Amino acid sequence: MPKLTIDGHEIEVEAGTSIIQAAEQLGIEIPRFCYHDKLSVPANCRMCLVEVSPGPPKPQASCALACGEGMVVQTQSEMVKKARKGVMEFLLINHPLDCPICDQGGECDLQDQSVAYGFDRSRYTETKRAVKNKNIGPLIKTIMTRCIQCTRCVRFGEEVAGMNELGLLNRGENVEIGTFIETAVSTELSGNMIDICPVGALTSAPYTFTARPWELKKTETIDVMDAVGSNIRVDSRGNEVMRVLPRLNEDVNEEWISDKTRFAYDGLKYQRLDRPYIRKDGKLTAVSWDEALAFTAAKLKGVDGKEIAAVAGDLVDVESVVALKDLMKGLGSSHMDCRPDGTKFEIQSRADYLFNTGIADIEQADAILLIGTDPRHEAPLINARIRKTWLQSKVKVGLIGTPVELTYPYEHIGTSPEDLESLTRARSGFAKILKDAKNPVVIVGTGALRHTDGYDVHALAKQYAMKIGAGFNVLHVAAGRVGALDVGFVPQKGGYDIFKMVNAGKKDKLKAVYLLGVDELDTRAAFGTETFMIYQGHHGDNGARHADVIFPGAAYTEKNALYVNTEGRVQQAKRAVFPVGDAKEDWTILRALSEKMGKTLPYNTHQELRNRIFKEFPHLAQLNTKPIEALVASEHTASVGNKAFQRVVTNFYQTDPISRASVTMTKCVEAFIAADQPMLDAAE
Amino acid sequence: MLADKDRIFTNLYGLQSFSLKEAKKRGDWDNTKAIIKKGKAWIIEEMKKSGLRGRGGAGFPTGMKWSFMPDPEKTQKPHYLVVNADESEPGTCKDREILRHDPHKLLEGCLIAGFAMGAHAAYIYIRGEFFNEGSNVVKAIKEAYEAGLLGKNAAGTGWDFDIYLHRGAGAYICGEETALIESLEGNKGQPRNKPPFPAMAGLYSCPTTVNNVETIATAPTILRRGGEWFASIGRDEKNTGTKLFCISGHVNAPCNVEEAMGIPLKELIEKHAGGVRGGWDNVKAIIPGGSSTPLLPKDVCDKVVMDFDSLRAEGSGLGTAGVIVMDQSTDVVYAIARLSYFYMHESCGQCTPCREGTGWMWRMMMRMVEGNATIEEIDMLLDISKQIEGHTICAHGDASAWPIQGLMRHFRPEVEERIHAYRKLAHREKPMVAVSATAAE
Repeated sequence: MPKLTIDGHEIEVEAGTSIIQAAEQLGIEIPRFCYHDKLSVPANCRMCLVEVSPGPPKPQASCALACGEGMVVQTQSEMVKKARKGVMEFLLINHPLDCPICDQGGECDLQDQSVAYGFDRSRYTETKRAVKNKNIGPLIKTIMTRCIQCTRCVRFGEEVAGMNELGLLNRGENVEIGTFIETAVSTELSGNMIDICPVGALTSAPYTFTARPWELKKTETIDVMDAVGSNIRVDSRGNEVMRVLPRLNEDVNEEWISDKTRFAYDGLKYQRLDRPYIRKDGKLTAVSWDEALAFTAAKLKGVDGKEIAAVAGDLVDVESVVALKDLMKGLGSSHMDCRPDGTKFEIQSRADYLFNTGIADIEQADAILLIGTDPRHEAPLINARIRKTWLQSKVKVGLIGTPVELTYPYEHIGTSPEDLESLTRARSGFAKILKDAKNPVVIVGTGALRHTDGYDVHALAKQYAMKIGAGFNVLHVAAGRVGALDVGFVPQKGGYDIFKMVNAGKKDKLKAVYLLGVDELDTRAAFGTETFMIYQGHHGDNGARHADVIFPGAAYTEKNALYVNTEGRVQQAKRAVFPVGDAKEDWTILRALSEKMGKTLPYNTHQELRNRIFKEFPHLAQLNTKPIEALVASEHTASVGNKAFQRVVTNFYQTDPISRASVTMTKCVEAFIAADQPMLDAAE
Repeated sequence: MLADKDRIFTNLYGLQSFSLKEAKKRGDWDNTKAIIKKGKAWIIEEMKKSGLRGRGGAGFPTGMKWSFMPDPEKTQKPHYLVVNADESEPGTCKDREILRHDPHKLLEGCLIAGFAMGAHAAYIYIRGEFFNEGSNVVKAIKEAYEAGLLGKNAAGTGWDFDIYLHRGAGAYICGEETALIESLEGNKGQPRNKPPFPAMAGLYSCPTTVNNVETIATAPTILRRGGEWFASIGRDEKNTGTKLFCISGHVNAPCNVEEAMGIPLKELIEKHAGGVRGGWDNVKAIIPGGSSTPLLPKDVCDKVVMDFDSLRAEGSGLGTAGVIVMDQSTDVVYAIARLSYFYMHESCGQCTPCREGTGWMWRMMMRMVEGNATIEEIDMLLDISKQIEGHTICAHGDASAWPIQGLMRHFRPEVEERIHAYRKLAHREKPMVAVSATAAE
């Protein structure tokens, strides 16, 4: 624990802390460009120079110098000020003066620091350097003349994203960032390079010239593109979402988000349901709320509760699920399910469907078994954590399922439930690695639970995890799933699950189905032609297409709502913009319908609904904390087959109604997926 | 003048073959076992006694450098010796002669130095342009293996030792020790930030010592004849032994020569290089230690002696001892501008001051060659050179700044004169050009 003095303030820090970190702890700002606390330290920008004694009589890079006992550091001395001024001048001589038309303007490190530490005029009279722009795909726009060669993007690619496509080419003043051969940067995390770029060299292509940062309203909220529950900031102007940025949350997404989270927001503008519709003479016709609600109430009147079912989709928030559950109970129905994708597992406790180890604690793992999952495409940030763990401690990873391209090496153990069963009985190979590991982790993906043997695979994996003392984790792909499971949106006593509903629907035993944001299912084929289908959601996608009534709801940026991520962490989404047109917040639609049907739900405000939720499900009141749930041993035994697990996410860029409506995501599919497998995906 | 009996590099001019047989006749590999049997501590102590300072330019005491290597028992990591044969400093060509005419001196030195620092492997990083030199070293390594001088139980010492030759691709910066290590690892040759120093985390993050070819090749003779013998040669106890000087430029007979440390510059040139073209009085300036050391004007050259501390006192340095002589016919401003171009071209581009500053300095220098500048810009140029010097990861930034600082220190009046002349000419000629242009119409 070295003790040192920075600008006259004494501080004791942990061994290995760099001076820049120690200064940060003291609240002393040291300017920097290349240093980023999540990346390696190249110390090449030379902006963070400080005076250190004892030491050589020249300034030292504070980012790369570890604190030593008795050091005296000056961050404001004449030598330091002159050094910063000099570095600033060098950075600016070849930097274009195009701040007025630069998208980074207003949030540019170079701009801010040149005001704070630079000189107010230029001594440079030679010609400036120009660098050719690079085409690195539809997401990132490059203006390479602005680049100050800090190599943050290169290091991000190598270290976090696990791709080596970017590099520093040439040398001397001819150095430039580029892909060695012209190619798109294909990683699911590429958008983060835009954030870490300290200048306007890498900017968001879809956001280009659309807004200035000081015009935007910033709303801190939660992402729903996958079940990680990334913390995001939605920037909006008027009633339009202009961009999505990550928020720092070390326990969930650190400071990264996936490209889908970042760039799918333009999908919020297209294909929106902005008015209620009812099907008249086989055609969907726009009507008023009154008419739609009255029509629905009339249709449901007199229908036995046993003939009504409800399904909750992938993006649902906790409030609307609770409201729907209450409504169904009021109608006397016990047929409800929140797993339209057909995943099955025994629920004895919450731990049965949570990512119990926690995302952050993956870093402690020394062996990881992946079952039927492709974390890179199902949860890019969890994949990034595994890669981080692999970089730090060379964690051993085994995979049972379709071989996929991950960003770390793994052992492919098998493809089917049978292979899992033999692993649980094996004593050598990866089974031994897991057995000998101190912190083994088992991750069961949706691909495993969707399998025909999903129920047995879940039990088998759980029993195995308990046997070897491993963390048992379910990696969901749907943001609303855990929340819906938490409030018990599963078949009530005697109720149908999704399979039974489909059976009943086909036999015309189901009179009506309430579909809350169900878009990943061909509903008409599933429930038959005679079933009256009510769809509530925000996009005209699969669910709306076959519905008899459409209630326009709110997307995740348009409501205050609770979401529970795959770890069981309850997080609050905040409204950034208002729902489009006549669309309403989802719980209010259910509340209005209940009133029309004479089964009025007992809450009039959002707060009353929250209070009811927190009362019935107290664990949901624990916001922003990862719950610790105990696994309950399962007695279930079954033999499993050898049918291979299937990949769940074959098209990373389009997994939900929002990303399917997004033009940017369509471009990504063309650039990254269609280019790789033209025939296959075109057919899909 | 150095007596013939005290010469270390007896085949510097390639008069004999570089083969093992001939090398043994010259005393190489003579009972290496006995030296090694005296133990690590003795070797390092003897090297310290000899006062040998690194011959690659920085002049760091070699014995001390070797002693920085941690105890292999404690680190539990392989140790490495890396030989820097990436000799690229303009005006320097000493290692080249050792590599092609006396490679066995180097190989024997590798074994002894490797043993002293607990290394079982040495890498010789040779610049790609030294193709034939590299081939000679490869032949010598092969001979040594065949004779049992390398490999398992090298030279009967009980120490296993391997030597590998690695060819660089010809980048000046790869002569910087950490850039060399990066390049050796297969990465882009960019210097690393220090600390950690290579002795703690060098090649493959293992303890590593990087030494110049001449340093390592000198070691066996020192140990055979004793540190005191080496220390007895030279000016004082801090500048000892013999040194290879490379004399080039406007001299009658450019050459490499081994001389005692502390020989007067004038004597060095007159005795060995046949004197300056047109006589000593025709000297304009001399760069004493390779292109990065500041040049010296004639009045300093008259009396300066060639060693680390004397040259430092004159504001220059011994560097690699590459003496570049420039006579009165030299456009000294252009000469330095050309060096600026070299440093711009060879900058790795990693850190800001060097990447941006070297090009800026070169462009200003080129204007000063013409005189197309202002007097204030001379100070600005010096200011820029100060903004680079000491602010970079490696010493390349310093090396690019020093020649310019040296020029301005000693030849500022000449630069100012050019600026005045250019302005006078520009003032007079501009209207004339304008008039004649209208007349032509």
